[in-house]
Amino acid sequence: MRRALKIAPAILSLVGFGICPLFADAYALDLLSKTFVLAIFALSLELLVGQTGLVSLGHGAFMALGAYASAAMLRTSDPRSFLLVMIAAMAAAGAYALPVAALSLRVRGMYFIMVTLAFAQLVYYVFHDTKIADGSDGTYLGAAPRISLGGAPLFDVTRSLPFYVVSLTVLIAVWVFLALLARSRFGSALAGIRINEQRMRAAGFQTTSYKVAAFVLAGMIAGLAGFLKASKDGYVNPALASWHQSGAVLVMIVFGGVGRLAGAVTGAFAFVFLEELYKSEALFGGAAKRWQLMFGLTIIAGVLLLPKGLVGLPDRLRRLARERAKVHA
Amino acid sequence: MPRTLLRASGLTRRFGGVVALDDVSLDLREGEVHAVIGTNGAGKSTLINVLSGEISASAGSVELLGYDVTRLSQPSRALAGLGRSYQRSTIFPELTAMENCRLAAQAALQRPWAFWSAARACAFTAARAWRALERVGLRDEMDVLAGQLSHGKKRQLEIALCLSTAPQVLLLDEPMAGMGAEETERMLSLLEELKADHAVLLVEHDVDAVFRIADRVTVMVDGAAIASDVPERVRANPEVQRAYLGHGQEP
Repeated sequence: MRRALKIAPAILSLVGFGICPLFADAYALDLLSKTFVLAIFALSLELLVGQTGLVSLGHGAFMALGAYASAAMLRTSDPRSFLLVMIAAMAAAGAYALPVAALSLRVRGMYFIMVTLAFAQLVYYVFHDTKIADGSDGTYLGAAPRISLGGAPLFDVTRSLPFYVVSLTVLIAVWVFLALLARSRFGSALAGIRINEQRMRAAGFQTTSYKVAAFVLAGMIAGLAGFLKASKDGYVNPALASWHQSGAVLVMIVFGGVGRLAGAVTGAFAFVFLEELYKSEALFGGAAKRWQLMFGLTIIAGVLLLPKGLVGLPDRLRRLARERAKVHA
Repeated sequence: MPRTLLRASGLTRRFGGVVALDDVSLDLREGEVHAVIGTNGAGKSTLINVLSGEISASAGSVELLGYDVTRLSQPSRALAGLGRSYQRSTIFPELTAMENCRLAAQAALQRPWAFWSAARACAFTAARAWRALERVGLRDEMDVLAGQLSHGKKRQLEIALCLSTAPQVLLLDEPMAGMGAEETERMLSLLEELKADHAVLLVEHDVDAVFRIADRVTVMVDGAAIASDVPERVRANPEVQRAYLGHGQEP
């Protein structure tokens, strides 16, 4: 019963997203797809921050590398296989994550945050200030990755409905993979490292190797998100690697509830929803132009009032109700 | 002659100009409790840190089960059979007592790539964890969050964590610190039991307890071992009496 209650929200939202295409228009589907990609990105950072206890402020770099690797694979108008480009994007992000992890994990806490930021800035400026991919303007993809069956293309992934299905599928796959990982030996060891690294070393765990593995894995999943984003948008630009991007995803998982996978996904949805809400001129009139102000205030209020994030809200309400019941009894 | 499981030779550790550990040599044998006593700052904890590899030695060597492990990292030494406990309980407060021990036991069977199999479903680690909890007397508390255990029980869990990795050499840093009389008795009988198939290094403040249980006693002063012998001879050693036991001037 308890277990059923716990997974009920996930089942309900799955059903909801499953029937969405029946009545949603292209704009709504695109917005939802964008959110799914953001949720994959947030999940990848949750693996690092929530599960392993490593706060990185440079996670955008890996998304950018995945996107740029996809653009490089699809430079000409020859379409390439979706799977091949996806693997290349993840490999590129992982290849950069490995040395970054090896170097940045030599320091801890605030220093770790700063070193990850520095490595992300490096990526940003390489794309921004060199001609590798047309500098600050970014570059267009020559073709979309192709999903084909027996040689014949199945559908165009840049169109709204196919991309909606693909991004939702990838989001579910990533979520299931990370949920499995959390209950596996590897996930237990990461939790142990987050809670008490000293004891883990004393027990016989090479904790640095574990942290490097988690960092690379998180980088690869961020690269996957970058690949999806580039495929849909049809272009890439250096802003993907900017620290705004890395900061936003960090705030996203804190706002949603750090330490739980559902928190990362909820945070991504809350971000997109709040942005759309406050940007709506029908609701806020002229104030909609300054939506960031209300957006920021909402985030601050959320973080102050909900220490366990949005996903901690039901627990908090239940506790409040119980305390009130006690007072009245 | 019982087997020597751990041998330290000429261990020295300097922090800048301070010599925290000064040319200490000692043997730990199977079936023995080897106690290390000394005043605060005498270098007892540094000795355990250097032996376990938590900090490196400036000079000297450590041999574990006949192999030179001086250059091995702490996790490697742990996997080779060295277990340590901490003076301040170093546990996983957010996890249950059982999960604490299961996690420590997992070190022997890490298989990090097996992401599809649940860590808790592993019979091997669960059995080891359960045995460790049973041995220290925490069987009834296995589902209690470690952070909610009483101080004495946290100390017991500290030992259980150490036993979960099935080490042959135990380095125990003041396991009885802050324990009540009853808990101390319990810990002493546990040590008595453990020494049959382990080599135990016991750092302890409670001198009475030490002389009751130890087979050998090393006395440390200012980072150096000034005596290392069976308890009776250490007690009779005039240098030890002058430096530590504090009743050498009796008429």
